[in-house]
Amino acid sequence: MRTLKFLLRKEFLQIFRNKLILRMIFALPVIQLILLPYAATYEMKNITLSVVDHDHSEYSRKLINKFTSSGYFILTDYSATYNQALDQVENDKADLIVEIPKGFEPDLSRQNETIIFLAANAISGQTAGLAVAYANTIIKDFNNDVRTEWIPQSQLNTIPVIEITNSNWFNPLMNYKDFIVPGVLALLVTLVGFILSSLNIVKEKEIGTIEQINVSPIKKYQFILSKLIPFWILGLVVMTIGFVISFIVYGIYPEGSFWVIYLFAGIYLIALLGFGLLTSIYADTQQQAMFIAYFFMLVFILLGGLFSPTENMPDWARYLTYINPVSYLIEVMRMLVLKGSSFWDLRFHFLVIIGFTIVFNGLAIFNYKKTV
Amino acid sequence: MKQLLTFVKKEFHHILRDKRSMLVLIGLPIVQLLIFGFAITNEVRNTNIAVLDNSKDETTQIIITKIESSQYFDIDRTISTSDQIEKAFKTGKIKVAVIFQQNFQEELAHFNKAQLQIIADATDPNQATTLTNYISSIVVDYQNQVNQQNKLPYTINTETRMLYNPQLKGAYTSVPGVMGMILLLISAMMTSIAIVKEKELGTMEILLVSPMKPRLVVVSKVIPYFIISLINVATILILSVFVLGLPIQGSLLLLIGSTVIYIFCALSLGLLISTITDTQQAAMLISLLGLMLPVVMLSGYAFPIANMPVILQVLSTIVPAKWYIIIVKGVMIKGIDITQIWKELLILVIMTVIFLSISIKRFKIRL
Repeated sequence: MRTLKFLLRKEFLQIFRNKLILRMIFALPVIQLILLPYAATYEMKNITLSVVDHDHSEYSRKLINKFTSSGYFILTDYSATYNQALDQVENDKADLIVEIPKGFEPDLSRQNETIIFLAANAISGQTAGLAVAYANTIIKDFNNDVRTEWIPQSQLNTIPVIEITNSNWFNPLMNYKDFIVPGVLALLVTLVGFILSSLNIVKEKEIGTIEQINVSPIKKYQFILSKLIPFWILGLVVMTIGFVISFIVYGIYPEGSFWVIYLFAGIYLIALLGFGLLTSIYADTQQQAMFIAYFFMLVFILLGGLFSPTENMPDWARYLTYINPVSYLIEVMRMLVLKGSSFWDLRFHFLVIIGFTIVFNGLAIFNYKKTV
Repeated sequence: MKQLLTFVKKEFHHILRDKRSMLVLIGLPIVQLLIFGFAITNEVRNTNIAVLDNSKDETTQIIITKIESSQYFDIDRTISTSDQIEKAFKTGKIKVAVIFQQNFQEELAHFNKAQLQIIADATDPNQATTLTNYISSIVVDYQNQVNQQNKLPYTINTETRMLYNPQLKGAYTSVPGVMGMILLLISAMMTSIAIVKEKELGTMEILLVSPMKPRLVVVSKVIPYFIISLINVATILILSVFVLGLPIQGSLLLLIGSTVIYIFCALSLGLLISTITDTQQAAMLISLLGLMLPVVMLSGYAFPIANMPVILQVLSTIVPAKWYIIIVKGVMIKGIDITQIWKELLILVIMTVIFLSISIKRFKIRL
């Protein structure tokens, strides 16, 4: 116990004397939490629109008005031809082309049917999909307006209609930031914990100070613990700062209990730090550790469901997410912050993360040899 | 010249002898491309949903079968009460619940109206919107089938064309993004770390007192990373054309030419970082926080810049990767020529000149 106390003192002294790490611990949460949620927005507000109106009728104008007043679209120009509009897309001036054919209004009133052409810049599938979905909703709305205007009520009621109502639970205002902030918080804790721990032991190796520890009576588990505890505390401090910032900036306050959040994050951090230390033990130089850490972080985060739902992944990738600790933290954060899930709801997640903790730390202690 | 070659050889030995870093350097773009190309899709699949059928009649059965056979959704049969639905949402078991009103078929037949409720887990608002739309369109399709005789009058149909990327492949955004990111990682981060490492270990002193001109010492450090970057560009392009099925619509020469300019830009950025830092950790952190984060967030590769607040849009203009990604998208996917991207190229050249002149000014021959 006494040995551990001295070792801990050494680690803390090293951390606090390293201004860079200290600055990073404060700068990272602030930068990420303030920048990322604003940058990482798939909330579509400014879809640029190029309209090709061959009809120039009252109703084509009404439809265009409906687009511009929806708040999702910004009309950038009226093009005379489709090709001209295509140029706008090519130069990134427009995301979506709406082409209203000649005879739009007469066709609609006489032939009962007409067609509108949409063309979206689909280089980003996600953006294009949402832009088209919004456009379709607007056209459908417009269609209903036309029907209620032209068809007598009595006739409308003779057609059977399934009324679809929909409600959005846990985030009724559909605020994208409420979704992204808990995920970024998870990312933050992971980044800080993993980078610090993976660079730590290898630095002692590179500088050569590890020799001094190797020849001392310090036990393996004591050494690993002395490396774990400081970063564990730092990780929780970073998370706390993160919660304060997300409350101040975004007004996000967890629905679930803080006890459960900290309990889960606490266990998660032990697992993550164990993995970081394992990386550190395995690597020969800081540069190498950095690269390995970077590699795993990238894969963990990309497959962690931060931006794209893990359900949509093909089977092999979904199996990978089951052994990805980061995806559990992201999921649990969202469940606790937005849904207010209870400890019992999360029992499965707890079991898995405890499993990770045992495996990673066991491997770290096992692989750390007191020889060079 | 012979001296320079010797120095370049030395650098190559440094890099090639570190097998693990090499593996990451060469393997990272491949892994990233494969993940983006195959794992991350916006297609809805295998989503777990619950159906609460309060009516249990023929019509509801048909609709449920239609939802189930769509391959987008897996129905969780164990859920049959509204209490269980709430529980299932909280444990994350389901993303959507579909609820049929009582006497669904009867109401539809007698009053021409029946209600169906879709509840979505809006934790992820976009996913919720997409899933709700999918289910609604299945129901609407069914209705149109039944109503074929008495179709609603005055119908506006839409025909949609997805330009450039009709199958909505994720690779179309990720390939330019991965190129922008990997080249910056290798050129800027690696170069800065390699130079700072010599400073930290004290070997820089030895290099600087050698008969080589100090500037050539730096040049010799840069050349290997330039070559590795080119190898990576080749791997990425070959993979994206032959494995991911991406086109190269424009001129390959233009693409490679602008890539070389971008690599120069990144290398000079790396030099700049190496002149302002003294330790490897500092260089790593600056590269990671100052370069990687903006590249991921502000280059328009992961998130559309147009949706960001104005401040971030302004900030994004100083991120070199933003301009490079515009060029790659334009040349590779849209097939535009130099007349439409000369502005972006010019910006990259100007940035390179600025980074280089600052680092030359700050470069110290003595430590």
